[in-house]
Amino acid sequence: MAIATHGLTKRFGDVAAVDGVDLDVPAGSVYGFLGPNGSGKTTTIRMLLGLIEPSAGTWELLGRRMPAQSLQALAEVGALIEGPAFYPWLSGRDNLARLDAAGPDGQRATRAGRIEAALGRVGLTAAATKKYRAYSLGMRQRLGLAAALLRPRHLLVLDEPTNGMDPQGTREIRNLVAELAHEGTTVFLSSHLLAEVEQICTHVGVMSEGHLLTQGTLTDLRAAGGRRLRVEVDDPAAAGPVLGRLGLGDIVTDGDVVTAKLDGQPPEVCNRDLVHAGIGVRALSVERPSLEDLFVSLTGEGFDVAR
Amino acid sequence: MLIAELRHLFRRTRVRALLIVMFAIPFLLAVAVKINGGPSDGNGPTFLAQVSQNGVFAALAGLTVTIPFFLPLTVAVVSGDTIAGEASIGTLRYLLTRPSGRGRLLGVKAVTTLAYCLAAALAVAAGGLIGGAILFPLGRIISLSGTSLPLIDGIGRTLLAALVVGASLLGLAAIGVFVSTLTDVPVGAMAVTAGIGVLSLILDAVPQVAFVHPWLFTHQQLAFGDLLRTPVRWNNIGKDLLLQLGYVAVFGTAAWARFTTRDVLA
Repeated sequence: MAIATHGLTKRFGDVAAVDGVDLDVPAGSVYGFLGPNGSGKTTTIRMLLGLIEPSAGTWELLGRRMPAQSLQALAEVGALIEGPAFYPWLSGRDNLARLDAAGPDGQRATRAGRIEAALGRVGLTAAATKKYRAYSLGMRQRLGLAAALLRPRHLLVLDEPTNGMDPQGTREIRNLVAELAHEGTTVFLSSHLLAEVEQICTHVGVMSEGHLLTQGTLTDLRAAGGRRLRVEVDDPAAAGPVLGRLGLGDIVTDGDVVTAKLDGQPPEVCNRDLVHAGIGVRALSVERPSLEDLFVSLTGEGFDVAR
Repeated sequence: MLIAELRHLFRRTRVRALLIVMFAIPFLLAVAVKINGGPSDGNGPTFLAQVSQNGVFAALAGLTVTIPFFLPLTVAVVSGDTIAGEASIGTLRYLLTRPSGRGRLLGVKAVTTLAYCLAAALAVAAGGLIGGAILFPLGRIISLSGTSLPLIDGIGRTLLAALVVGASLLGLAAIGVFVSTLTDVPVGAMAVTAGIGVLSLILDAVPQVAFVHPWLFTHQQLAFGDLLRTPVRWNNIGKDLLLQLGYVAVFGTAAWARFTTRDVLA
């Protein structure tokens, strides 16, 4: 396990911002850490990295007990926490040099080379000498990623890495994460962009109101969500009862389109019965729930922040 | 990391500006004495009357003028910024996850603050020596005890005086670093630290609270003048350095206790 927590809890006063979270992030996975605003994602990430002390629970990073072995563990972790933060009066390159000098494994002999490589990897070489103050939001985000890539890492913790980036930038970051994962780096990625998570993650965990609602591989999670049958017919009023007799639940009719939960019933059987009942079937498909549907079904529709 | 941090501090425009001002104050003092002839009624700050006879005294007069207010103010700015400044722009969380180690980061910040205290006092001495040398004759120094000292001895004692002045700022610097660990707002930490410095001056001037005077970190701040006696009187200088060391121990420990356990939310 790259990250393992046991009953991780953080209380601020009476409120438990994070309550008994048991994360299991397998080594080599790309783990999407999801949840609405205020669900405790960032507090969890700060606890993992030793910035806040948990009120209860234990955790391990890369197999090392935290916080006792935090210096050894964190040396192998690259992190982007709640957006980038650098000195506005220094250039991008100088900012990276200062950060590199501030901890272990930052050998001066290799520093310049590592900085150039990291800047190149995030596409920031041209702006390396520009003051951070003059960077756009997307460039700042890139510099934050460059800082996380200055040394070889076993684990990357990325909190909203594509925040403020243009579509090209978002795609580049997605490719970069895929590339890093391919090299064997475990990536722990918190994001609101579910479509993006869907594209690059192998594992998903969903937080809500301080609890970890579910976690597992993306495939398992979607299978658990259940597949739905979608048919376009000439007589939707008659189609509903036919599907009902086959044991399909949650039948929804919208114009010519009828959808229902398959619950293990083969779609070809549904098609046969519809045709036998004299209903003309124009189109039939089986839909897997999107991550967004799963997310909403787990965390609720509400737009308001939970607290 | 220490070297990088020192370079980081002294490359800052703000710190450079402060040092330039510290350099300029005794220089301007020398210019003013040159134009107006200096105070003859003996009411001016110590050493100011001697400036026109010997340029070296511009440095000593500069130290006397800046130690009560200007130097502590700049120390409050630099020390108050140490941790709170990093927290306010968010770089603290990246330094800690780098990982720098909390104790190590605090130690490095403390040492750079000490370096600033010495640099600021030396800047005052340098400004005075250079300004004095340009505008006034240099020569043998008449010590406070009335004996005459060779010029090189006088310059050496002046630089030593600057180091003593720098060291006598360490108590306030330790308070500043401690206050800086309490907040994410650097301006607040600077203001509180400067306020504590002023409070100490005020208490030192109120005779009714004479019992606390020996414990105030500003009480012996003019002790460096004893270096200009023959033989040098180390009594008060020793008391001052011991007192500063005490403040550093107390507030250094408090800062460490606070910083190594606090939740970093910024």
